[in-house]
Amino acid sequence: MPLLLSVNGANHTIDAPPDSKLLYVLRDSLGLTGTKYGCGEGMCGACTVLLDGKPARSCQAPLSTVVGKKITTIEGLEQNGRLHPVQEAFIGAEAFQCAYCTSGMIMAAVGLLHRNSRPSVEEIIDAMDGNICRCGTYPRIVEAVRQAASKGSAE
Amino acid sequence: MNDEATSDLLLEVEQHAAIRPLGYGFALGRRDFFKLLGSGVVVCLSTGPARTQESGARRHSEEDLPQSIQAWLHIAEDGRVTVYTGKVEVGQNIRTSLTQQVAEELRVSASSIGLIMGDTALTPYDMGTFGSRTTPTMGPQLRNVSAAARETLLDLAAQRWHADRSSLVAADGEISDRNSHRSVAYGELTKGRELVQVIGDDPALEPPSQWRIAGTPMPKVDGRAFVTGKHQYPSDVIRPGMLHGKVLRPSAFRATLKSFDPGGAKQIPGVTVVRDGDFVGVAAPDLGMASKALQAMHAEWAAPPQTSEATLFEDVRKAATEETDNPGGPPRFTAGSIERGFSSADHTLAQSYRVSYIAHVPLEPRAAVAEWQDGKLTVWTGTQRPFAVRDELAQAFRLSSDKVRVLVPDTGSAYGGKHTGDAAVEAARLAKAANRPVKLVWTREEEFTWAYFRPAGVIDVKSGIRRDGSLVAWRFDNYNSGPAGLRSPYAIPHQAIEFHPTDPPLRQGSYRGLAAPANHFAREVHMDELAHIIGMDSLEFRMKNLSDARARAVLATAAQKFDWQREKSSPTRGLGIALGAEKGSYVATCVELEIAGREVKLKRVVEAFECGAVVNLNGLENQIAGAIMMSLGGALFEAIHFGNGRILNPHLVTYRVPRFSDLPKIEVEIVNRKDLAPAGAGETPLMAVAPAISNAIFAATGIRLRSLPMVPDGLPANPPGTHA
Repeated sequence: MPLLLSVNGANHTIDAPPDSKLLYVLRDSLGLTGTKYGCGEGMCGACTVLLDGKPARSCQAPLSTVVGKKITTIEGLEQNGRLHPVQEAFIGAEAFQCAYCTSGMIMAAVGLLHRNSRPSVEEIIDAMDGNICRCGTYPRIVEAVRQAASKGSAE
Repeated sequence: MNDEATSDLLLEVEQHAAIRPLGYGFALGRRDFFKLLGSGVVVCLSTGPARTQESGARRHSEEDLPQSIQAWLHIAEDGRVTVYTGKVEVGQNIRTSLTQQVAEELRVSASSIGLIMGDTALTPYDMGTFGSRTTPTMGPQLRNVSAAARETLLDLAAQRWHADRSSLVAADGEISDRNSHRSVAYGELTKGRELVQVIGDDPALEPPSQWRIAGTPMPKVDGRAFVTGKHQYPSDVIRPGMLHGKVLRPSAFRATLKSFDPGGAKQIPGVTVVRDGDFVGVAAPDLGMASKALQAMHAEWAAPPQTSEATLFEDVRKAATEETDNPGGPPRFTAGSIERGFSSADHTLAQSYRVSYIAHVPLEPRAAVAEWQDGKLTVWTGTQRPFAVRDELAQAFRLSSDKVRVLVPDTGSAYGGKHTGDAAVEAARLAKAANRPVKLVWTREEEFTWAYFRPAGVIDVKSGIRRDGSLVAWRFDNYNSGPAGLRSPYAIPHQAIEFHPTDPPLRQGSYRGLAAPANHFAREVHMDELAHIIGMDSLEFRMKNLSDARARAVLATAAQKFDWQREKSSPTRGLGIALGAEKGSYVATCVELEIAGREVKLKRVVEAFECGAVVNLNGLENQIAGAIMMSLGGALFEAIHFGNGRILNPHLVTYRVPRFSDLPKIEVEIVNRKDLAPAGAGETPLMAVAPAISNAIFAATGIRLRSLPMVPDGLPANPPGTHA
């Protein structure tokens, strides 16, 4: 039976088994390739999306559990050509090298700032520890999240 | 290229013996350029003689270009500049640093430049992106081409205006005449032209001290595409009608397929099953169906018994005991007489160091999309060697190279791990059978198992010193780990250094820095042990034996920033220092760590780095900090475990890589030598981290750790070679 998904504010009817993982539906059925496969084990965070505003591993999320939730991917952050403050901060701090982890990092950071608008460095590290950057850009990612947080509160 | 750089390059080439002396398969005629790119001016860099061709000027030779072209640049009628290079971007930031260098010499804004990289149909032949060679070789080549293009534009403007060429100036994408105050945009000058200029490789370039665009900390040229998810990595490529592939992996390494039954796989609609020799795979409309098809198959594999990790280090030394004395044999280096050196020493020390197999773990696994059309094969894949992968494909499918095109979209990292075309060949085999484009993305488990590893090895060091701290004898034998970074930067009169290759139990190959981090680990820990024997400060001992001014400078810089002279170790706080010199650049690292019970926590890393003139400080600083983070893994906890032809920890749950919580305070001090040519920086920043950590652990605890990783489960409960 087709399932109805809400992705980045648009509804999509998906004809896939209910145990299919969200990641592959996003990438292969909807062409939203900004969300990355890194391990398929929920251990690297490259596939992080927001479900009702909370960061989640899309490689671990069966479709049946995301029906009725607001799914946000990296493609859904930009609004009317304006980047999200976290995206701006990642560019500003150049918080990437190969940038394959960047979508997942940004989604995890957006999720963190959603529930804690002024996280300490320790809280950033704690919240992001499930996201791997193999290029080791961690210092700049922490800096980008801090910058985004201070900007967000200034607005 | 100096001798040392040449020998480094040769070592790297030996690491992947699949590289054959291909010559240049370059087959574009000059007409093709303009058909492809539109009119304008093209400047090619060749090792052959220089020449210029205007359309129709020399008809006899207009269809062929030299076979030795290394790069080319096109200026279109609208002023857009497109640069073609066979190098690839895997996160090392060369798309930006090369763009800056073109902008510098051509005197245009970086935003008007586009780089086409790693496309075997459009870019000149390139051996590959490895060995920190892009900055010292491709950088000057592109600067050279750009400078020649600028001069050509000045010529064209002088002709157009019948002006005195010496009064013309190129700046901001325009030529202007100081005498008459008129100006013309580059695009105006190239409009309607079909001019090809071939120049020789003898640059007359802006010295780094005069740089205005190169040398600035320019942000990545395509940052926005990364933060919006719009950049298409190899695994993101989508083709019309594309299927998804999966491969049935053997039960163990070196296994052969004894029997195969596709079971119900063939009955699944839309699924293509391929069995070809020992290769079994499927192509299906989606990944779920591909997985289902694999599960429906029955395969029986026969694998020979294989050695396990437990005997690894004995095995590699045993397998390499025979003397190799032929000149074409493995690398060795001697100076003075090692026997005389030892007899003149007051103290001698013999120690053995070990490094484990580790995995690259690029966050984007090996991936390829393959498409056949009219007997021609096109593959999008992540590789550091697009032309070698093209030839691998041509060989696998018995095609001539010109029937194969490999494109490398900017890739989700590689670290030396993506030299081969495995995923490309597999995807192409499936696509051929299915007669549809096929995408194949390796799973993390496949990546951990079927890729290749950084070689494990044993390094034996025997040294002799005098009472005053001068090193007199140095014997250094590396078994299996590799010959890169084998030689010591210290001035030692009597040396015998040798690499002993073996028949390794696992598939092994290049890794960021090759064996240089392993050889630096052994060397720099051993240096610390020697300093301890004679009771000399580690920094002082190194300086005493070091004449290379660049090495001394980074050591002094790091020590000063760290405050090495004043800071002291205690049982809960360890300080360590180490030096690295590799690929024409220099590094010194100081670390501070905290000991709490058996736990080691890295608190602070100060790294001084010098790679000649800095092209992009922003990218360099990012690269250095990242390399420090990456090297923490191999130093502290990363190790591949294996037994009987299987990898025992092929998941991120069981193979730990550095995470945010491992992040120490990192301070990078860059020594910018504008008087020196730029050297590569992707590898050398790793060199001194692991030995500095080992030395710091010793300083705090008296425990000398000589095996990598050092503390996979914390400090050893019964440390070797300490208290009885």
